[in-house]
Formats: sequence, C-alpha cells, structure tokens
Amino acid sequence: MNIYDFTGLTQSIHESLSNSLSPTMVTVVEFTIVALIFMTFFTFLGLVLVYAERKVAAFFQLRLGPMRVGFWGTAQTIADAVKLVMKEPLVTKNADKFLFNLAPFIVIISTIMALGAMPFAKGLHALDFDIGILYVAAVSSLGVIGILIAGWSSDNKYSLIGAMRSGAQLVSYELSVGLSLLTIVVLAGSLQFSEIIASQEAGWWIFRGHIPAFIAFVIFMIAGTAETNRGPFDLAEAESELTAGFHTEYSGLKFSFFFLAEFVNMFIIAGIGATVFFGGWMPFHIGDWSGFNRVMDFIPGIFWFFGKVTFIIFMMMWFKWTFPRLRIDQVLTLEWKYLLPINLVNLLLMAFIVLMGWHF
Amino acid sequence: MRSIANYINDIFAGLRTLLSGMALTGKYFFHPKEIITQQYPENRATLKMFERFRGEVVLTHNEDNEHRCTGCSACEVACPNGSIEIISKKELIDEKPKKVIDKFVYHLSMCTFCNLCILSCPTDAIIMSQDFEHAVFDRSKLTKVLNKEGSKLMEGVR
Repeated sequence: MNIYDFTGLTQSIHESLSNSLSPTMVTVVEFTIVALIFMTFFTFLGLVLVYAERKVAAFFQLRLGPMRVGFWGTAQTIADAVKLVMKEPLVTKNADKFLFNLAPFIVIISTIMALGAMPFAKGLHALDFDIGILYVAAVSSLGVIGILIAGWSSDNKYSLIGAMRSGAQLVSYELSVGLSLLTIVVLAGSLQFSEIIASQEAGWWIFRGHIPAFIAFVIFMIAGTAETNRGPFDLAEAESELTAGFHTEYSGLKFSFFFLAEFVNMFIIAGIGATVFFGGWMPFHIGDWSGFNRVMDFIPGIFWFFGKVTFIIFMMMWFKWTFPRLRIDQVLTLEWKYLLPINLVNLLLMAFIVLMGWHF
Repeated sequence: MRSIANYINDIFAGLRTLLSGMALTGKYFFHPKEIITQQYPENRATLKMFERFRGEVVLTHNEDNEHRCTGCSACEVACPNGSIEIISKKELIDEKPKKVIDKFVYHLSMCTFCNLCILSCPTDAIIMSQDFEHAVFDRSKLTKVLNKEGSKLMEGVR
C-alpha cells in the first residue's frame, strides 16, 4: 500500500551504528541525533509559523504584512530572532530568581516532549507508545505549570492574574480535548498513534464516523484553540487588560521561549487533530476508485501530514483573526455549560454507533 | 422543556453568527486585490491619494494666471489657529480704487487641515490638494505665498 516507508531508513541507521559501537553508545548516539533533529525542527517551525501568522493575519485584515526584509518579508522572522537574542535578559528586583529562570524551560520542555510523539510519516515517529494520546494529553498540559510559575515568580499582579486565568482555562478545556479525542478512540479501538492511523486506511474517521465525529472535530478545534491560549481565548495575555499577562516581565531569549512554545503548541494541537480525525499521513482514498487511490498513494505521507496540519493551523488562525476575545466568565460558561454536556452526549452516541456497528 | 429548546437554539444561533463572521474574513483573505496597503516609496510614481485627503491649501490658478480670490479675508477669520494671512492692496481698476490681494500667505507649519477655510470661501478660490510630501530642511520654507507672481483676479468674480 504505502510506498514511502521510513522504517527501512531508521533500521539501517540503527544497524550501521550497532556494527561499530557498544549498545549503550548506540542508544546515546541515537538519542543525540533525535534530540538535534527535534531542536532544529522546533526552531524552524517557530520561524515559519510566526511568519505565516503575520502574513495570514495581514491578509485577513486587508493588509500586506511584513514586506521589507527579504522577498515578501520572508527573512523578517530571522531578523526578529536575532533581535530577541541580542536583547538584555532582565530580572525584576523582587522576583524569585530561580523560579523566574526555570519557568521558560518547563514550558519549552513540555512542548518538545509532546512534539516527540507526532507521527510525521510511516516509520518517521520518535515515540510510539501504546498510550500515545494519553501521553500527549498529559505532557502538553505540563506547560501550564511553567506558566503558573512564571506568573507567580515575576512579582507582578498582571502576571499573576494572567497565569491564574491560564490555569483555570487549561484545566477546563483539557477535559473537552480529552473527551473529543476519546470519541474517536472508541472508533479506532486504540490509544496508539500508529494504530489509529492504520485503522483509517479505508477512510478518515471524520468521514466514516457520521455526525458525531464531525461534532467531536468542532469541539476539538474550539478546545484546542483554548488550550494553546490563542485566538479568542487569549485571556492569559489579554494585552488590553494585563499588558502581556504571564510573560510581562520576561525579555530577550526567555520571552522568545514562551513565544515559540505557543506557536509549536499550535502545531502539536493541529498534529493531533490531523492524526486522529484526518488519518495522519494516510492519503485521501475514495472507496473503489483504484486509479484515483493509486495516484493519491504517490504523494508521500509526509506531505499529507503537513498538508493536513497546515489546514488545521489555518483554521485556528482564521478563528483568531475573526472572533473577539471572550471574558473569563464567558470562557468558563462555554466549557462547562456547552462543550462538556455536548461532548458527553456525543461520546455516548458514538459508543452506541460503534456498538451497533453502524459506522462505515 | 422550553429551556432545553432555548439551549439548543442558542447553540445554533451562536454557530451561525460565528460562521457569518468567518465568511466575511474569509472573503477578505481570498480577495487580495482589495488590500489597501500602499508600498509607498516604491510606488511613488503611481501612487494616487484619494480625493478627500487633505494635503495642503492651494489657490487655484487657470492657464491665464488668474485666480478667484477677492481678498475678502473670510478664510483668515475662519482659520482657528491663524495659519492664513491675507495682505491686500488698493489698485485702480476702471478709474476706481479696488481692493485686491497682494499676498496670500499660508503657514503650513500651523495648519491642522480642518478644512474650515475651504468651506468659508465665498468664491471657491482655495481647495485642498492631495500632495502630502511636505518635509523640508528649513522651517521658513513652510510659509508659502499661494498667489503666483503677476496673477490677477478672474473676470466676473466678485
């Protein structure tokens, strides 16, 4: 079926390392390679997403966005990164110095840990736990500890309020993300990412799961946007009320860590959504049209994955630049009075459909 | 029962308003021709300011070097911050002494572009031009004499 398989590549790297090194060294070298790849990917992703965000935002508002640095402003984010690195890392006088310096690292570590579980293509998958979805859900919500520490240690009332709002919001919306993913896990019958993708070979769950799958996807998009502290839910850094929220007192490289983590979190949410609802790297197939399906198979899985992720990220940017920001009570009302009951009924409905075998 | 119906109606009404907002921004996104940003220094040759833009006050002259200003000083009175000064002189026209303008002095540095002088002019002699490149190295260059050398009042304007 799938002609682009990275399993052979990773296997041959592993074998060639095993020939010359001891098993311990092989593990160390492989860890280093994976770490280097993910660090590079993280930085690259940050640069690309910041540029994309600024351009997309500009086009939604009938502007052009960055145009001066490089062709169509493509080197703008590199210039921004150089500026951020050269800035002075300030620490406020009464800040808790240790926690203040620790917070950005907690945020960025949780992001990279979640990024490790992304299935980019067949065989191109750093961590494939049998509880993959649970792992990502657990690890991606670790970041809120970093945000709370940042708000607390800054010794600034705005930072603290921003961090508390972020905590309340994340604890609430984690529930909706989990339940909407569970709706599809009921269909797929597994928590492992590679098996969820394999179960979608005949068709993506969003098409095969009837209306409940679509409702789950809508809820996932809303809750996922809230979980990344973006879009209409950016109460944690509501600039008109809280200057910049939890990262008010941060500058230079430590600020850029928070900034990058926010954008990579968006990628992670989009990646989970693409994997669970749109079949990850699975090509688009229509029933018995073998000719059409053959053509679709020729597009490598990694393009399918990134295409789907780009689509979901575009949707999230569309939300952010269309909807006005919610108040904190509206945010909590939306979650506890609307999304959660709908989600529970939806999960029940999906379980019933699977029980009766009504799905395609 | 009513409350449950209201709850469900609320959800669909909310979704409809959200989607109509997204339709508008989506229309903007996929119509890049509507972008209003101007790439200013690059498109300086082709840039055309819109008609209602207030760049500076000019006294219009026709091809015979005639203007429509009678020197009535209505604009000078109307100006809230004294950026217009009309210096008039007496001139013999048809054996009668008549008041004509000597200098129409305009202080661009004091002008707030409020448009009151244009509205108050009874003979429509002055208009706002769309020229906006006013930067100069010497402040005295911002004090301009608007009537051209040797110009005179147009026939029939009183």
